[in-house]
Amino acid sequence: MSAHIESHDHHDDHGHGEEVSHSTLKGYMVGFFLAVVLTAIPFWLVMGKVIPNPQTLAIVILTFAAIQIVVHMIYFLHMDTKSQGGWNMLALMFTLILVVITLTGSIWVMFHLNSNMMPGMSHDMTEQQVKNLP
Amino acid sequence: MSDIHATPSAAVADSQDLQFWMKEDHHPENGTLLGFWIYLMSDCLIFACLFATYGVLGRSYAGGPSGADLFELPLVAVNTTMLLLSSITYGFAVLEMQKNRRGTMMAWLIITGLFGAAFLGIELYEFANLIHEGAGPQRSAFLSSFFTLVGTHGLHVTFGIVWLITLLVQVGRFGLTPANKRRIMCLSMFWHFLDVVWVGVFTFVYLMGVLP
Repeated sequence: MSAHIESHDHHDDHGHGEEVSHSTLKGYMVGFFLAVVLTAIPFWLVMGKVIPNPQTLAIVILTFAAIQIVVHMIYFLHMDTKSQGGWNMLALMFTLILVVITLTGSIWVMFHLNSNMMPGMSHDMTEQQVKNLP
Repeated sequence: MSDIHATPSAAVADSQDLQFWMKEDHHPENGTLLGFWIYLMSDCLIFACLFATYGVLGRSYAGGPSGADLFELPLVAVNTTMLLLSSITYGFAVLEMQKNRRGTMMAWLIITGLFGAAFLGIELYEFANLIHEGAGPQRSAFLSSFFTLVGTHGLHVTFGIVWLITLLVQVGRFGLTPANKRRIMCLSMFWHFLDVVWVGVFTFVYLMGVLP
């Protein structure tokens, strides 16, 4: 009970004009360093043709992107489970679920539609063939 | 707290409600930042739709040029560097704001704006080149979805720069008032969010676009 009262007073002491922010120089520098490394590696992998198998390469660079997005969220956007009483994280989780459903759902469904219903529209079609389409 | 002590009998009578009232979390310290975060999440859904569109149409070339033919990765790497640098300089501006140093904060904001403008310039140069080569948005489904996705991101950066200039004028005239600090924190979230989207763009569109 008393803990609640104290936290209440504590909040009011902060005042509503004061931005509660946890930015530090160290945090930004760590985030920037990680972001540079996580950007440079995928570019190097693709431009230097390091991994010959395109499917493996795609999975690897997507993994790097996912890690980099998490790094940006933590070090630049200061996401944690406590900011704004957890509502930030809740909104983020909800959005992520929707994003995953939108992306995987669209690509999955449309891929099957293409391969089942439009056999002539494979992407190795020549320009001449496209012009001859009805 | 005071009204609970003022009416002890009522507090005893419905102690269930009282417990509920006591356990209730304090409202978020800053409703604006939470509201702005929710706006960013809705923006994230717009980009998710555009990414999904690109994912579906990204290999439909209609006999036209493919990503491997068109994309110049060194240019994209320079562009990515611009946006990353603008992110860290915005971070420096926020740090200066926390120390209430107006002059240096405005200087960092101007540098951020310049990096943003450089990013936009390179992107417009790339677009102009593509359209000049006959690879405009009307050429194929791949290029339509490409221009929509990357163009929407560029439009966001444009409005971010407009907002940045507005804030510079505001801070120049009224100083680092609480309202201005709040606005700077909102733009900070917006700017870093655009960088997050760009991570998706350069990976999903450019790097994966050149793969066979």
